[in-house]
Amino acid sequence: MAELTIKDVEKIALLARLHLTAEELADYQGKLTAVLGYVAQLDELDLEGVPPTAHAVFQQNVMRPDVINSVLPNEEALANAQAKMDGQFAIQAVLDE
Amino acid sequence: MVDLTLTELRDKLQAGDVSSVAATETMLARIADHDGEIQSYVTVTAEEALAQAAEADRRLAAGEKGALLGVPVGIKDLLCNKGVPTQAGSKILEGFRPPYDAFVVQQLKEAGAVILGMTNTDEFGMGSSTEFSAYQTSKNPWNVEHVPGGSSGGSAAAVAANMAYGTLGTDTGGSVRLPASYCGVVGVRPTYGRVSRWGAIAYASSLDQVGTFGRTVQDAAAMLGVVAGYDERDSTSIKTPVPDYEAALTGDIKGLRVGVPKEYFVQDGMDEDVATSVRAAIAKLEALGAEIVEISIPHSQYALSIYYLIATAEASSNLGRYDGVRYGPRVTGKDVIDSTRRTRGLFGPEAKNRIMLGTFVLSAGYYDAYYGRALKARTLLINDFKEAFKHVDVIAAPTCPSTAFRFGERMNDPIQMYLTDIYTVSLNLSASCGLSVPCGFDRDGLPIGLQLMGNTLQEETLLNAAYAYEQATEWHHKNAMPAGS
Repeated sequence: MAELTIKDVEKIALLARLHLTAEELADYQGKLTAVLGYVAQLDELDLEGVPPTAHAVFQQNVMRPDVINSVLPNEEALANAQAKMDGQFAIQAVLDE
Repeated sequence: MVDLTLTELRDKLQAGDVSSVAATETMLARIADHDGEIQSYVTVTAEEALAQAAEADRRLAAGEKGALLGVPVGIKDLLCNKGVPTQAGSKILEGFRPPYDAFVVQQLKEAGAVILGMTNTDEFGMGSSTEFSAYQTSKNPWNVEHVPGGSSGGSAAAVAANMAYGTLGTDTGGSVRLPASYCGVVGVRPTYGRVSRWGAIAYASSLDQVGTFGRTVQDAAAMLGVVAGYDERDSTSIKTPVPDYEAALTGDIKGLRVGVPKEYFVQDGMDEDVATSVRAAIAKLEALGAEIVEISIPHSQYALSIYYLIATAEASSNLGRYDGVRYGPRVTGKDVIDSTRRTRGLFGPEAKNRIMLGTFVLSAGYYDAYYGRALKARTLLINDFKEAFKHVDVIAAPTCPSTAFRFGERMNDPIQMYLTDIYTVSLNLSASCGLSVPCGFDRDGLPIGLQLMGNTLQEETLLNAAYAYEQATEWHHKNAMPAGS
């Protein structure tokens, strides 16, 4: 990918659930294109057969006993919310009519 | 009392020569006098600090001794501190008061440390200067026209300006070592998993790790000894006992094999003074009995690309949780999606930039070409480090190719800003530990850092190498803002 278009940037912003102004869209078009140009250096590498690494310090099947530990009281869990109703987080209606 | 190191203060506290309340009052007065200029703290918790100090004095009076008992410290604004605004340098967490403590904060409180407040950071740890904090820009105590480095810039500046005896930061791509280098203090980034990440607000989960700052190696080691540890709430934390890091500081490095990677000295834009100081530091290690071995980390030239692809991908996922429902402000739009998008518009420019890049490299059609390749290239880089550590005990290199830059210089050029981290990001991608220790000053009087890297969980060897160097030099006696200044 050589250069992102404004349409590409709009699509990424929608996927990322970010509201961007026209000015921001243009700014990120330039910045993202520059970074993608830089990271294109990885194309030089032969990665055939190389396994991917997700975590450098590998640990597998980390388990703990399935017991209930102390949990936050409802009031504390909701304390930082902008809107609440009946002891729950309140959001805007998803379905209309 | 202002100029004491953490361990000197601790000795006086234990001897009953000073009280924790007096030390805390001294720090609070220091902050009141100087932090208007330095801007290292976003939130100062004077009342809580004095209460913690009074409690520490009771414990000290009862004869209790502890590595940090009664010692005033600062913590980075993205480590959850129960009931205290913890905002990650972001407007999207404005006013957030965590209902619980991060593991490391719990450890500090149980150890009887006094928490002075929350130190400034680039938004979610994304930056190299604190210029991406939504709240304030911290200044470098050595020259206030220059940045302190980032993202843990507030933590580094607070220690350099004697406004805390030690601080905590986090290091995802160099965010402890870089500001330590720029501010002329010691910054330690332990092995991934050495410290539980529970309650540390996430940026890139496979790279994030809490680290410590001190004026001296021993101070930073004392901090690490308290906050390190396994915790079942972080499944990536390592279940192995925490050694006595301070006891490992013998200063004897005879026969220690120090690798010097040739790739870390050829960077375009490498400052001459940095190269000279770091080479002199390596010669000093040799004079102390270390064996210098030239090594190669061939894939380090790709580290920055690998880092930005992986870190932004993880960030785009981690930051997906900020939708204004459970915490943070909410902006209401015409429907749920519009509201979410407008609320997330509260992210600052660099957070948005990284969310956008991460979203793109994970999106359909681009995943394999970008994120998938980065994960594989990461394996090659890790193999380079594994190979190197077959031949050496520690690796020595500059922390950064240059000294602290001026405000605004790199704000609009992401590549230039990202290149600041070129020597630090490899360690985060691998399973190594590392630190930055002061090794000189450039022509303008700005500090230079020597970076040392150690193998997985070899913090004792790493810290002792830095300690031996530090004790053989005078840099740690230099003070950016001595008492009375």
